[in-house]
Amino acid sequence: MISEHFPALIVVTPLILSFVVFAVGLFDRRYCFPLVIIALGACIHFAVSMMKKVIAQGSAIHYYLGAWAPPWGIEYVVDHLNALVLVSIAVISFLVAIYSNSNVKRELPEAKLPQFYTLFLLQVTGLFGITITGDAFNLYVLLEIASFSAYAIIAMGENGAQFAAFRYMIFGTIGACAYLLGVGYLYIITGSLNMADLSKLLPPLYHSKVLIAGFSFLLVGIGIKMALFPVHTWLPDSYTLAPSSVSALLAPLFTKVGAYVLIRVMFTIFDPSFSVTIFPVTEILGWVGATGIIFASILALAQTDLKRMLCYLIVVEIGFIVIGIASANRFGLTGAIFHIINDMFMMACLFTAAGAIFSQIGTRNIYQFRILHKTMPITMAVFIIGALSVIGVPPMCGFFSKWYLILGVIQAKKWVYLAVILIGSLLNAILFFRVLENAYFETRNNIENTLNNKGVTVTLDRIPKGELIPMMCFAVIIILLGIFSGKIINNIIQFAIPGALQG
Amino acid sequence: MEIMVGKFNYWIYIILIMVGFYGMMAKNNLMKKLIGMNIFQWSIILYYISIGAKKGGTVPIIMDTHSAAGQAIRAIDYINPLPHVLMLTAIVVGVATTGIALALLIIIYKKYGTLEEDEIIEALKK
Amino acid sequence: MVRDLNDIIVRTGARILIPFMQIYSLYVYAHGHISPGGGFQGGCIMAASFILLAVAYNLHESKRRLKEKRNAIFCSLGVFIFAATGLVPVLFAGNFLDYGKWSKVLFTDPIMARYYGMAFIELGVQITVMAAMVSIFLDLVTAGKHEEVFEEEKINGDNGRQV
Repeated sequence: MISEHFPALIVVTPLILSFVVFAVGLFDRRYCFPLVIIALGACIHFAVSMMKKVIAQGSAIHYYLGAWAPPWGIEYVVDHLNALVLVSIAVISFLVAIYSNSNVKRELPEAKLPQFYTLFLLQVTGLFGITITGDAFNLYVLLEIASFSAYAIIAMGENGAQFAAFRYMIFGTIGACAYLLGVGYLYIITGSLNMADLSKLLPPLYHSKVLIAGFSFLLVGIGIKMALFPVHTWLPDSYTLAPSSVSALLAPLFTKVGAYVLIRVMFTIFDPSFSVTIFPVTEILGWVGATGIIFASILALAQTDLKRMLCYLIVVEIGFIVIGIASANRFGLTGAIFHIINDMFMMACLFTAAGAIFSQIGTRNIYQFRILHKTMPITMAVFIIGALSVIGVPPMCGFFSKWYLILGVIQAKKWVYLAVILIGSLLNAILFFRVLENAYFETRNNIENTLNNKGVTVTLDRIPKGELIPMMCFAVIIILLGIFSGKIINNIIQFAIPGALQG
Repeated sequence: MEIMVGKFNYWIYIILIMVGFYGMMAKNNLMKKLIGMNIFQWSIILYYISIGAKKGGTVPIIMDTHSAAGQAIRAIDYINPLPHVLMLTAIVVGVATTGIALALLIIIYKKYGTLEEDEIIEALKK
Repeated sequence: MVRDLNDIIVRTGARILIPFMQIYSLYVYAHGHISPGGGFQGGCIMAASFILLAVAYNLHESKRRLKEKRNAIFCSLGVFIFAATGLVPVLFAGNFLDYGKWSKVLFTDPIMARYYGMAFIELGVQITVMAAMVSIFLDLVTAGKHEEVFEEEKINGDNGRQV
């Protein structure tokens, strides 16, 4: 009944409720937050039931907007690849909304709360739409919705946030216009915009120059949105200077959805053989990913600001995903898809912990973290779980996705990428150990002196429960994802990989 | 010669893209970057509309459908309306981008008193 | 701030032109399916009429005709009309935005129901676009400080305004 319409409702509900929040916020500000929770809770229900239906059915859900069959109409497709991504987006945005209730009041004035929540819901609308759509031009529209909300909500931050948002806008527009050009080139030679239709119409045309030009434009556009190595420079400034809950929303979700779009373009619209043999772009992507890992890890080592270090870590993780895509076999792509899901939760965990530390101490400088393990034990425990997952320690989920990535790279016989993955994990370990050393290892006398000077007795974290519980939920989900990784991969991700890949 | 004359719409849009790109990258003033971005977006809109044009095609509006029965509509008579519809969306996107960018520029000007990029970076470093 | 343009030719011309602009914008919206036009274009022309009022007179006059809170509510109202047009078919077991199912509410046949559904959607688009354009103009022209400019004009009054 109504459950047939969940593909449309999951995009329409946050859209309508964002404008309801805007209208209600003009009169009374206290009703904004409950409306946000209602919207995102409904979206979790929609996403989970769609995922259950896809697993039970074994095939994809197709939903035709306006009852026009493709290729005339726009269709929304939920298959094994985006069912998991939808559930992750819904869960993360719900928990970050709860987290932002108490957190955002410290950084933004009360009068701006309705606008904050409006932009929050619009951003989530855009992200859901990018994931669920099956039409290439509709993806551009929803990508722009998500990007505009990101520009505006980042500009609400502290000093320098507006300038960072402006530079992000210039960069992001180049990316979106390049994507639009790519779609235009595909439209010229086939006359269709539907993704499934394009995958049927394109194979006879694989050797034409138009297609190579269109594919290059698509790659550049998606690469800019995804923060791939040379064009990632918009990311550190804008995500650092944004408010804490905004970074906690954008950092896990936006770039990973871009990586999902890359997998869609390379493996659904285009046949995998196109990327490997006819126009060997997987070579370039592999080198770009590898250079990105090393370069961003070294840059992260030079930072003293905790959030800036985590922003460079996002670029490192995208590098891992791209190496997985570039190895173009079953293991590599399994690792890449699983790493998208893992990275969403890992980054959510780390960024919410960093935001809580910032709101408690007032600074993000690593060298000021002296006695944190006494004053904020739960936050630091959550941070450690996230850190161990990034480094790749079992039973956290990061270990399993890196395992599949290494298997994929070994099978493709690219030994340089193997060395890069291992060195990258080692550099991440050094990164986190810098932070944990400052927070945990101090001599007993120093700790007693500092605590007495500050007049602080040893208690549990003094941050409100509304910030504590989402953080702990993220940590628990990371461990659960690691324990159940076998089930997830065998039941869902295995069917998401196109059959044409060898291995 | 054939490439120059036969595909002149490609030449126009490529030149406009490069002009916009140069404006975005090389100019120091933020307002000029914004204008470069605008030129960049509009050139892509012009390109899309140019690919929908046909020789001898007319406006894609069907007149007198209720007249004689068996009125066959030949697609070759009309220009392709789909790129126009797609570009309507792109124009709206361009307008929204310009609106957000101008609002950001006003806030930046109020804070730093200047719109030159290097002066703003200097002020941010302090 | 905003300079007061005290020219009688501009003011009289604007007074004559603005009602025709608004009716023209409704024509452009209503004929969107058979001639160039539609929701976005009509909304822009309607917004241009309010901006012309603000430019020819002063901002206080424009605010008298279209209050800011009402403008903000229009912005949401357009989206609600769009969503209602899309969601009513869902109640009647059709897909989202399937205007054919409006025939059960409007008592016409499905083809004419699609025709009317397009008109409703464009109406929602027009209202939202008008509200957004006027709001962008007000934000940019007062450099973000709406309240101070309106108060200042109320206090200083209009220099030699001729109604």
